Amino acid sequence: MGANVRKRARHGYVTPLLWPSIGYFEFNVMTCLNLLTAKDVTYICPYIGALRGTLTVTNYRLFFKCMDREPAFVLDLPLGVVSRVEKIGGASSRGEVSYGLACKDIRNLRFAHKQMEDSLRKSIFEILMKCAFPVSNGLTIFAFEYGQVYPENGWKVYDAQAEYKRQGLPNESWRITKVNDHYELCDTYPSTLVVPVNIPDEELKRVAAFRAKGRIPVLSWIHPESQATVIRCSQPMVGVNGKRSKDDEKYLQTIMDANAQSHKLFIFDARPSVNAAANKMKGGGYESEDAYQNAELVFLDIHNIHVMRESLRKLKEVVYPNIEESHWFSNLESTHWLEHIKLILAGALRIADKVESGKTSVVVHCSDGWDRTAQLASLAMVMLDGHYRTIRGFQVLLEKEWLSFGHRFQLRIGHGDKNHTDADRSPVFLQFIDCVWQMTRQFPAAFEFNEYFLITILDHLYSCLFGTFMCNSEQQRVKEKTVSLWAYINSQPEEFTNPLYVNYSNHVLFPVVSMRHLELWVGYYIRWNPRMRPQEPVHQRYKELLAKRAELQKRVEELQREVTNRSASSSSERAGSPTRSITPVQTFV
Amino acid sequence: MFDGRVLLKQVILLFWPLISTWVQGAEKIDSCQLQVLEMLSSLGSAGGKSAKPSFVSYVTPEEIKSEKEPSRKEKHPDLLPGEVVFCSASTVLKYTQDDLSQRGVFGVLLCTNFRVSFVSDEEPTEEMVRTLFKNKLYGENDIPLSCVDNIYGDKRKLITGGLVKNKYPSKMIIHCKDLRVFQFSLSFSKEEDAKKIFQGIVHHCLEPKSLRCLFAFSYCENTSPNRKCVGGLFTKLLRKKQTVMFDSVEDWTQDMKRTKGNCRVVSENSNFELSPKLPQYFIVPKNVSDEDLTKYQGKGLPMWCWSHHSGCALFKTASIPLVQEDNVCCRMLTAVAHNHLYSVKTEDLSDTLPTVQDILLSYNKFKQFFLIDNTTEFWMSDMKWFSSLDNCGWLDIIRQCLQKAVEVVESLEKENTNVLIMEEGGSDLCCVVSSLVQLMLDPYYRTLLGFQSLVQKEWVAGGHAFLDRSNHLHLKDKVESQSPVFLLFLECVWQLQQQHGPAFQFSETYLTVLSDSVHVPVFTTFLFNNDGHRDSLLRAESPHTQRSPLNCPTVWDWSVQFDCKAQDLFTNPLYTEKPKQDTSVRKSYRPRHLRQLSLPSSAFKTPPKKGFFKDEADNLKKILGVKRLSRWMLSPSSDSPQTSSSVREFYEAWQTKPLDYHGLLLPCLDGPSIRVWMQRYLRWIHDVQILGGGPVAMLSKVSEILGEVQELQRQLDRHGCTLTSNHKGARPRAKTAAAVIAARSSVRLSSSFPFVTSRNWAFKPAIPTSLLQSLMVTGMPGNLADREDDGGPESLV
Repeated sequence: MGANVRKRARHGYVTPLLWPSIGYFEFNVMTCLNLLTAKDVTYICPYIGALRGTLTVTNYRLFFKCMDREPAFVLDLPLGVVSRVEKIGGASSRGEVSYGLACKDIRNLRFAHKQMEDSLRKSIFEILMKCAFPVSNGLTIFAFEYGQVYPENGWKVYDAQAEYKRQGLPNESWRITKVNDHYELCDTYPSTLVVPVNIPDEELKRVAAFRAKGRIPVLSWIHPESQATVIRCSQPMVGVNGKRSKDDEKYLQTIMDANAQSHKLFIFDARPSVNAAANKMKGGGYESEDAYQNAELVFLDIHNIHVMRESLRKLKEVVYPNIEESHWFSNLESTHWLEHIKLILAGALRIADKVESGKTSVVVHCSDGWDRTAQLASLAMVMLDGHYRTIRGFQVLLEKEWLSFGHRFQLRIGHGDKNHTDADRSPVFLQFIDCVWQMTRQFPAAFEFNEYFLITILDHLYSCLFGTFMCNSEQQRVKEKTVSLWAYINSQPEEFTNPLYVNYSNHVLFPVVSMRHLELWVGYYIRWNPRMRPQEPVHQRYKELLAKRAELQKRVEELQREVTNRSASSSSERAGSPTRSITPVQTFV
Repeated sequence: MFDGRVLLKQVILLFWPLISTWVQGAEKIDSCQLQVLEMLSSLGSAGGKSAKPSFVSYVTPEEIKSEKEPSRKEKHPDLLPGEVVFCSASTVLKYTQDDLSQRGVFGVLLCTNFRVSFVSDEEPTEEMVRTLFKNKLYGENDIPLSCVDNIYGDKRKLITGGLVKNKYPSKMIIHCKDLRVFQFSLSFSKEEDAKKIFQGIVHHCLEPKSLRCLFAFSYCENTSPNRKCVGGLFTKLLRKKQTVMFDSVEDWTQDMKRTKGNCRVVSENSNFELSPKLPQYFIVPKNVSDEDLTKYQGKGLPMWCWSHHSGCALFKTASIPLVQEDNVCCRMLTAVAHNHLYSVKTEDLSDTLPTVQDILLSYNKFKQFFLIDNTTEFWMSDMKWFSSLDNCGWLDIIRQCLQKAVEVVESLEKENTNVLIMEEGGSDLCCVVSSLVQLMLDPYYRTLLGFQSLVQKEWVAGGHAFLDRSNHLHLKDKVESQSPVFLLFLECVWQLQQQHGPAFQFSETYLTVLSDSVHVPVFTTFLFNNDGHRDSLLRAESPHTQRSPLNCPTVWDWSVQFDCKAQDLFTNPLYTEKPKQDTSVRKSYRPRHLRQLSLPSSAFKTPPKKGFFKDEADNLKKILGVKRLSRWMLSPSSDSPQTSSSVREFYEAWQTKPLDYHGLLLPCLDGPSIRVWMQRYLRWIHDVQILGGGPVAMLSKVSEILGEVQELQRQLDRHGCTLTSNHKGARPRAKTAAAVIAARSSVRLSSSFPFVTSRNWAFKPAIPTSLLQSLMVTGMPGNLADREDDGGPESLV
């Protein structure tokens, strides 16, 4: 890379990735290194066709601008989005060489340019390979260099103690333990854990020995009235021989006893029973109902990360770049994407139902307890607790259930890693956001945030601009060195607010998990297709009405003042009466 | 064995309506009647075995009978004028669809000349009494006879009209055309009662009858105008006036003037002298001569539908028979072309769109997804939902109709050619396409009254054979012609409305109710095949010359079905009226009564809409500058792939412009954009009701603030009155759905609002059953499903 010209912007106003990210950006305001600018590059847009313009690559983004069109066509994507760069064809095709960029956000890009300068070709390709995959090249991910200052420190959004306090913890049955303060009990768990009062830390260690990766059952959420709890953990290390652990059994019994309303405990194993059984071969498995008295084990039949990855790959084939009109629904069905969404939602619904209607505590786990378990526990909590449906509450939920409990973002997304075939990659978090979106569709007034909020989260899942989704666990996450996504989002909350939001307070949401009510998230998966113009007429209309109301309220107040003034001094001229200028509000029957 | 009894039974069945009326009508049953009744019951038992109650209940039948018997006589629904009870049976069990537990409520099942009605023995709870969206004609446990779609007996055997033997099933399932499903158990009723009610229902719902037997006729005879108008007469009259009925020369002239059309209104058929099949009044191109009119009895006449501001227009016609003299076709086309001023594009819809039979077949498959008898079945079908949707083809038919309409719009809007659409008969897909074209191009038709006028113009006056297409009369020779063409149109409108909500003044609920009303045999709108048919029947129905022709309500008379509050739900709170640039001009055009109702422009006094219908000068320029007649009959088959890509471009070009809800609207036709009309199809299915959610959660919020804005406006006006002398009078209180919806906490409303009000407060979520079977992932390459989460054992740390 050498001593490239460092173009640091003088001051740091930043417009992060906008949606749709075409045609917005003021370039040159980013704190980043301009590594390459190439003229006369053709971007082959699947919708508009070939566009000739200037390509710029920095250590953060790829920026293409074509001035031939009115308005100018701009393509602006963070390099973190790129999962694969490849050369397409040789010199054969009319003296042009082209590159394909496969992106994590359901699109592929193609660039081409004349082959004349072979050095240029080399440099574009090499620089893209270098900057899109910093980790593979021994460079740092941009998030660790990004130095934007926001009014709020986003890392302060979540404070484990405060969140548990909001839930009324600790209480007579539950305590906060510091046993994992230095991540010694479990390196993928947060430092703050909530466990039953009666279990001393020493016993926790013995339970940890029986749970995969030491991920012991801990409290995620407690019902404010019934005291039924949502507990998450990893699979028990039962193995082929059906090993048992008295400590683990006692521990679950204690969890059940902490809830006086029910003499039962539901254990939801997210996996299909076949897979759960297969895990015994590798030392894992599931709780036998013999060993765990009063516990009922339910398999939720959610498939593993590989099935999900394959499903998303198929989905991309179906929706990008064009949709085949005639067999749309059959093609959609063949991807199984919505079926997986349905299963996850159905699982979360069963958990929420047991907690709310059955007043029973539930234990949720899969194999390691960081993928499907995170999906299920957090979705159930969105259903059960209105706080998590607010903008800040949702941030807390993500921080807590996903980040602190060690969903392996680095591994599942593969930030800056060129190994795009890595079997550890999987759209687990995307599925969760999709499920939340399905719920916002069914309950349009129950969420404080809007669709754009969810899309923004997903965009920055890949962008590598913020530190939020970096690393694999709380232990690894070095908060001080990066900016949190929440700093950006909370600096302009009005952008992300659903104007129709009604605070349902303690209302539990039970979504309908029938295919009839599930739909493909067009605004995300098909957003690059200009024919699918996003529409939010309701929100627009609502905002118009809000403005109208404010205006009218002001006028009414003015008039009232005038009336009082006039009654005080009856002599006043009529001209200039404000009523004359009033444009009537459009009413209808 | 053929004996007299069978014959007698058939005779009795034939006269069943008469007999039962007579029996029911009599104050006391005299001996003669008793004899007949006995005969009837003996016939019944001779033919069929007594049904064993196969159903286990928590109450024994004996208990029920002794308890409920005394109250039997009083149990009947509030009968409508002219409604007569044919037969009834008590202690019928109606299963509550909500669960599989086979629980239900006991009550009386009746069959009248209007409906099948179930009256529960239980006292209605207060919640049910205050049902907001109550239909005044029939309740939630009533099925108008012509709304019955299919009846199934035991083991889900389809019952067909003529084949009812002397048996009766212990369980009867009724599927309704508005997609409700009723399940009754007859096992607890007295045998002869059960038999009577079953045979009565089958007879009246499924067997051929004459048009006069439809309830509308006895209803209208018994509702004299002075009976109806208590309280609501004034508004009713106004309403009637405002929907343009297209039953007079003035209506047609007015509409043509509104669109600045330049054609000829034909009134020669006012007494159906030209042809009974032609509309009473219609519009043809100027150059069509009187001779043309009479010579072919209107066959192949190009009928004017609508004029574009460029001067070109849309015409429709029944296909011109080829056998006729060759030049007819040419002459008519020349006429359409206004003496070669415009080019003409013809579009034979029979070649490019599905036939009415295709439509019926597809719809029959489609509706099965929503006629749910039990929960297990429902969740089973849920797995293959998307591919089933594709396979039935219903959404594809909708897409094709919309696409065809967009093609026509393109010709009018972009190419400024006249368009002549044709099909055999000219009153099915022609109506669909021409109405859609007008909805897309003309914002007037997106208002409530405009839409109703459009249906009057294109469908009612346009001669869509409503009677044959719905086959209310169950005539054997009309089975073929049955087809939900009008519903298809409403489906297309719903798609448009879904994509461009703020452009429509009417709501989704309005469309759903309209689609239901087709099956309520009260409204003249949907009972006849054409103007001539309507005229002959309504006139003949009044034998005494001094009596005026029967004055049946049209469906637009919404007060017949719903009270004012319920009607408020017909309007769309998202609708924004066109901002008026020049209010002073507009006001002078607007009659006072219209203003007071805060109604949008009516067709009568609508001023030319600035900006949409451009000035005359503009028009002239177009006329002078047009191409000569260039194209004749285009072969649609060779043209279609090209057309579809041009439609695509046309849509994309339109899409890049800022969206004007009062201008041209085009639908997006891409796969995910064409959707299932959830409200209509899912409203009765308990398992998919979203409690506290659905569109109503959103709309109620909008309505709420709209109400506040209007309240503030009123306050302003009041203050304005006190302050200024030249005030314009207080604005009338504008009714909105706000008051209605906002009154109830939206948390309690469900996605089925307003059709089902959730009585089930102890809400349990529907947990899908048998989920795993759906996922056939095991056959995947490399068997992903069996692999470990962390990239296989080799990468396990």
